Amino acid sequence: MARKEYAFYPGCSSQKGASASNYLVSVESMCKTLDIKMTEIPDWNCCGASVSYAESGELPRIAMNARNFALAETNLPGQDIVATCAACWLGSRESKERLEHNSKLMADTQTALKEAGLQIKAIPEIRHMVEVLIEDLGYDELKKPVKKPLDGMKFAGYVGCQTNRPFGIAGESFENPMYLDKLIETVGGEAVKYDQKVTCCGGALAFSEPEKAQGQIKDIIEAAYDGGAEMIVTPCPLCQANVEVYQGQINKKYGTKFNIPVLYYSQLMTLAYGGSAKEAGLNGNVVKARKLEEFAGK
Amino acid sequence: MSDKNQEMAERYKNNFLKEIEEQAEMGEWVKMCMQCGLCSGSCPTNFHSGWDHPPQEIFMLIRAGKREEVLNANGMYMCTSCYNCYVRCPRKVPVTHVMHGIAEYAYRIGRAPKNQPTMHLSKTFWTNATKYGRVNEVQLTQSLYFKDGIGAGIKKAMEMQSEALGLVKAGRLNPMEALGMGHKCKDIKGIHAMLAKAEELEAKNKAAKA
Repeated sequence: MARKEYAFYPGCSSQKGASASNYLVSVESMCKTLDIKMTEIPDWNCCGASVSYAESGELPRIAMNARNFALAETNLPGQDIVATCAACWLGSRESKERLEHNSKLMADTQTALKEAGLQIKAIPEIRHMVEVLIEDLGYDELKKPVKKPLDGMKFAGYVGCQTNRPFGIAGESFENPMYLDKLIETVGGEAVKYDQKVTCCGGALAFSEPEKAQGQIKDIIEAAYDGGAEMIVTPCPLCQANVEVYQGQINKKYGTKFNIPVLYYSQLMTLAYGGSAKEAGLNGNVVKARKLEEFAGK
Repeated sequence: MSDKNQEMAERYKNNFLKEIEEQAEMGEWVKMCMQCGLCSGSCPTNFHSGWDHPPQEIFMLIRAGKREEVLNANGMYMCTSCYNCYVRCPRKVPVTHVMHGIAEYAYRIGRAPKNQPTMHLSKTFWTNATKYGRVNEVQLTQSLYFKDGIGAGIKKAMEMQSEALGLVKAGRLNPMEALGMGHKCKDIKGIHAMLAKAEELEAKNKAAKA
């Protein structure tokens, strides 16, 4: 039996062939080393994300999340739900809180769920992967399997928004959370100081109003370079994609020469645990992390 | 002007605060605002041009009964859901959710701006996510690019060519999704029945107010 078992909610972006599929690859490698068993919630659905606000309405959005709760509860009893995506985590956790504090909303949600042949008895805890790492294992346990510390590499820990606000990681401040820096240091890297750690990447506006979002992304990358970072690390799939993918467009528009790899914490951990470039999902990075590819080959 | 808009304006007479409190999700929080402006100062998009009213102005306009100004405003659609305003508000107003709630209400009564890009994205996202139960990222991107017609769509797609190609090469974009292949829930029928019931109940609850 594995050391820890969870009901896994990968979310739309982490599916095979989707925009954060390399996040999933690295999380699977990392969990294997840490002896964490993640069982996918059967037939899970989209959380609605934040951006669906204008059409979804409260009850339909909460019903979508409640369906995941019911599926997890029925198929994986007693296990906490663990999301790797910031938006999935937020949407689920927000829904759980509202359902548990509003009996009318809960009753209506049960009526809707009945149409899909489901019901909720007790909503499982909703956790982010980072919470599992820090709270259920702890930095010392995370350090134990490190075979190849990322010595001398400088990272800008980019926490962004939704793994930080509104819920955040317990004990961390909204303005200067330290957990990502600590994770970087746990695997032997150096977490640089820079001033855009919790700045918004523009979120969904990267699609709808690219000028606005790209302006914000530019500030984040510039600050990371100014802090002396060689790479950026993040816990959020949308932060990762936004900060990585638009560097070419930003260079064209602003005359900058950005070419900085943007990684997930799980990729760093996989590599430090002795995993290969493939196991860390490095082939999924658009801006290639050459230094890490070389490191993995050694 | 839509019938629904007319109906609501008449039902609530000049009491727009009550209208928002009863009809918009989290609207009951508007009266808690003390006009400190921390929300507006914390907003990442408030530093860009194109804003008419940031959150605290929207809240004051609601209390002042300025129905037209609020429903015509574009401030709600500038939200990136970063939750800066939410965690910083000294009165614990869930500003992000209130802004989303007002946007949804404006849409429900037919007052949302027709071609506002984030409004369009919001609708497209929800339609996409609920069609198969999971987001089809390729179809989502396509419908966003082509919102202003075929010509503009092709131009946009060409501009984004190298970004898209980079993602395909990295195994993070599956062109087959364009054809409806890819990620789906098994019980799509159950999801659709559940959502239909949820929409029906929500409409009934809103109608029962006032």
